Amino acid sequence: MNAKVRKKVNVTFTHIILIIVSLLFILPFIWMVSTSLKPITQVFTFPIEWIPDPFQWMNYLDAIEYIPFFTYLKNTVLITVLSTLGVIISCPLVAYSFAKLEWRGKNVLFVITIAVMMIPSQVTMIPLFLLFNKIGWVGTPLPLIVPAFFGVPFSIFLLRQFFMGLPDALRDAAKIDGASEFRIYWQIMLPLAKPAILAVGLFQFMGSWTDFMGPLLYLTDEAQYTLSLGLQQFQSQMGTEWGLMMAVATMMTIPIIILFFFLQKTFIKGITFSGIK
Amino acid sequence: MAQVTTSTHKKTLIQPTLRKPLRKSSLNGWLFASPWIIGLLLFYAYPLISSMYYSLTTYSILDAGEFVGFKNYTELFHDELFWKSISNTIYFAVFFVPLSILFGVSLAMMLNMKVKGLAIYRTIFFLPTLVPQVALAVLWMWLLNPGFGLVNGMLDSVGIQGPNWLGSMNWSKPSLILMSLWTIGQPVIIYLAGLGDISEEYYEAAEVDGASWFQKTRHITLPLLTPVIFYNLVMGLIGAFQQFTLPYTMTQGQGTPANSLTFLCHAYV
Repeated sequence: MNAKVRKKVNVTFTHIILIIVSLLFILPFIWMVSTSLKPITQVFTFPIEWIPDPFQWMNYLDAIEYIPFFTYLKNTVLITVLSTLGVIISCPLVAYSFAKLEWRGKNVLFVITIAVMMIPSQVTMIPLFLLFNKIGWVGTPLPLIVPAFFGVPFSIFLLRQFFMGLPDALRDAAKIDGASEFRIYWQIMLPLAKPAILAVGLFQFMGSWTDFMGPLLYLTDEAQYTLSLGLQQFQSQMGTEWGLMMAVATMMTIPIIILFFFLQKTFIKGITFSGIK
Repeated sequence: MAQVTTSTHKKTLIQPTLRKPLRKSSLNGWLFASPWIIGLLLFYAYPLISSMYYSLTTYSILDAGEFVGFKNYTELFHDELFWKSISNTIYFAVFFVPLSILFGVSLAMMLNMKVKGLAIYRTIFFLPTLVPQVALAVLWMWLLNPGFGLVNGMLDSVGIQGPNWLGSMNWSKPSLILMSLWTIGQPVIIYLAGLGDISEEYYEAAEVDGASWFQKTRHITLPLLTPVIFYNLVMGLIGAFQQFTLPYTMTQGQGTPANSLTFLCHAYV
């Protein structure tokens, strides 16, 4: 067998394995989409009918009317966009300081930052709720947005690793030319860190978009609910509107799938670990 | 003696020149990091310390509570459910973390090969991570339903009587592990990034020496991926100990498989 043939066999073999594993991962997604197009009577038939007959497109229209879909969508977009903005403004700044600047207490603070990642959110949840309650933020989306502007440890960590990989020579050169520290950051380092910022932004976007616990805790007024909370409203004492629920879940998921599909390459480039050793 | 004087002499010479820029950059450093310093104090340190304080009082949401010292802890250590939840959490971590590393690294290695349609495969493997958690939990309850669930349906078609997954003592924990493995997307992405950092030259050199795929994996990929594996190991352990939303939504916090209640559900209730 010559090298060319062997390579072809290898590639085919890889494809076969990838396809089998993909099926396992895509199956539930397909179930979600398929259920979203079924009348309630077909949802739990056995054996499963993968292709609904007929396609119940009405589910989507019904779902939009069953919950105030567009209000929830607007709320979700608002919270997601603002908190992502917060993360991409604050985290690179802090990460740059950890990676490139020399200051007292830096190493201690960095170790604390890593340690903080390990604290389960449930531990801080109740005191944090009381804090936000005291300043009157419970019942507003502010607790879901404002903390992002003060940095998220995981994002700071990822960005720091990326900045560590950028050469110091760039900074030194700019320094000799008399650029201020902020100018070096803003005009040289930040543009170079684009892939990492994209990665961090996307992680935050996805987390915020599908977040359930946060909105459940802080949003009290139905007019402020997000889509992930809306999903729960299809469950009532009368039973669950599976088709409609999955229609909303599908509509919620598709935009992020598209986003991920187109950004995945840059996004993966943005995650570096060359800094840890 | 002479040496000492020269070294102190040197110090005084160097210090003034070093100190000045250091102080200035120190200020800059603090300024750049200031948002996080505030955030750390407000959103992490303060709540953590209050949580510790509350754990020493009879506090409940409605009642301010009084200081009782370590009474809560002694009570907790005498609570059978607490030890059960600890052992469940450890069980989960012990099985989940190695499995997730094994699956994660192998998936990432496959996704790192240069084949067509990679973007599609990568997106597919990330899908379960993108689906809303609530939908995910409902989906799994349905898939694992002993009566009409997909998994038992498939087992049935090959003549195996499937267990009562979530409702059974023996199977509820493996079910949770299975479900968690499914959302392996994020670690896979991180492994992929790590694989991308490995220089192509190593493989080319190995190729010249006639190394097999196995040898290349064993002697190049795995050693160079170690820091990333270590990172994911730590994150996986943290995640395993924080496992909350899934068991919580699946069992409603008190629910059917009470023995699957993990540590955190306990801390919360």
